[in-house]
Amino acid sequence: MKDQYRLIEFNLNGKDVACMVDCRASLTDMLRNDFRLTSVKKGCEVGECGACNVIIDGECYNSCIYLAVWVRGKHVRTLEGLMGPNGELSDIQQAFIDETAVQCGFCTPGFIMSAVEILESGKLYTRDELRKLLSGHLCRCTGYENILNAVEKTMKKRLGITE
Amino acid sequence: MYDMKELYEAFSVQEAIELRLAHPEAQIIAGGSDVLVQMREGKRAGKELISIYLIDELRGVSLDENEAIRIGSLTSFSHITRDPIIQKYINVLGEAVDLVGGPQIRNIGTIGGNTCNGVTSADSASTLHAWEAIIELTGPSGKRLVPIKDFYIKASTVDIREGEIQTAILIPKESYENTWGSYSKYAMRNAMDIATTGCSVNVRLSPDKQTFDRVRIAYGVAGPVPMRAPSAEALIQGKALTIENAEAFSLEVLKDINPRDSWRAPKAFRQHIAVEMAKRCLIEATKRCGGVIN
Ligand SMILES: Cc1cc2nc3c(=O)[nH]c(=O)nc-3n(C[C@H](O)[C@H](O)[C@H](O)COP(=O)(O)OP(=O)(O)OC[C@H]3O[C@@H](n4cnc5c(N)ncnc54)[C@H](O)[C@@H]3O)c2cc1C
Ligand code: FES
Ligand code: FES
Repeated sequence: MKDQYRLIEFNLNGKDVACMVDCRASLTDMLRNDFRLTSVKKGCEVGECGACNVIIDGECYNSCIYLAVWVRGKHVRTLEGLMGPNGELSDIQQAFIDETAVQCGFCTPGFIMSAVEILESGKLYTRDELRKLLSGHLCRCTGYENILNAVEKTMKKRLGITE
Repeated sequence: MYDMKELYEAFSVQEAIELRLAHPEAQIIAGGSDVLVQMREGKRAGKELISIYLIDELRGVSLDENEAIRIGSLTSFSHITRDPIIQKYINVLGEAVDLVGGPQIRNIGTIGGNTCNGVTSADSASTLHAWEAIIELTGPSGKRLVPIKDFYIKASTVDIREGEIQTAILIPKESYENTWGSYSKYAMRNAMDIATTGCSVNVRLSPDKQTFDRVRIAYGVAGPVPMRAPSAEALIQGKALTIENAEAFSLEVLKDINPRDSWRAPKAFRQHIAVEMAKRCLIEATKRCGGVIN
């Protein structure tokens, strides 16, 4: 293969970065292997489970079925980008802990990135709408209810709604 | 890593055509939600790919000079659902593609990929058939327009010729004017599932809203490719808005459709739900036109 490695420049968790990436790489491959961002999980690798979900230019994508070279010039966010300046957890991560929405944790980064997109929309969603917005993720452990609770509570808190 | 032989990248339609001519064996990849999955499964392993995903001129919805709705082939499902032109004139298409997979799939999946894959279960396909969409292909000798029913040749095969790519899907004004639609997807799960059967109906009523002026109905998974049900359309034309007529219409679809037995569902079950879906979609679309069926 000629020019198997291609130079791509993009913004990763707020920093401009450049990388010589193998054009056969998925975005998951690049984020894990070249940038050591291991929150991006390899679950099914065929777009079914959401474990590899990241935010690209404000929208969620399963990075396992996204070619790494496609992020040229784009803004990519992973769970690592949520960390505060002194290593603090974000409110949505804390809510996952408080609501016991984490068991093995394999699905968690993917769910949280979808939750970030939902929360940043600034909209108030019903429980059913949240269920649909989170339906691109599989969790083998929690049974989903606690995950929905965590997202719903954080959404209401951010919107200043008290129950 | 994907097991691909080569990746050629196009950043304009012109580059895509040149790459297509230079590498006739290579497969086009748009969002890749079919292609990359098949490559991972080994079905397309070792193939050359031509990526068109970064051709931004193929994104977005607009009205052209004839007031046809023009949907760029790379427009994602979620952008179609949120688009104001779609919502105003053909909201049913936005509703149909909002049932594809899950949110992340709707962000990557394109309407071009959903039609060029030639798949009968594609969630946009029946609605596009019911709107009598026109497929725009661009190739070495310019643009070619093909009615969607002729675009589908057989299962997994569509009419894309040497050097061509699909650049847009057009919905003519004659199709959508004063017309309202309804889509129904039957699947085992509410998300992340392929349709057992999909049905899309659109209705135009007479000015006094007493009779059906024009009805279009199309199915996915009622045959090897998406299809209209012309007998049912002809039967209801000019008829009054009664439940008897709606029922006769829905039974008439059995003359047109030809579903098969598969592990997802047997033929008899698909026929049963196809009839029920026709009726429900007709009633809903009529309601959206401001008509009352009694
Ligand atoms: C987890 C999962 C769930 C899914 N659920 C659904 C579902 O519920 N309903 C549904 O309908 N689909 C579903 N799909 C299938 C898929 O997302 C859609 O078919 C999507 O529209 C494909 O678009 P794409 O841009 O990703 O296509 P690609 O994979 O890039 O391409 C698909 C085919 O079209 C050709 N092609 C694409 N664009 C062009 C063009 N502009 N010109 C010429 N040829 C072109 C390619 O060569 C290829 O043969 C699902 C997929 C996944 C992974
Ligand atoms: S690993 Fe990407 S969706 Fe499962
Ligand atoms: S916590 Fe184990 S898969 Fe979700």
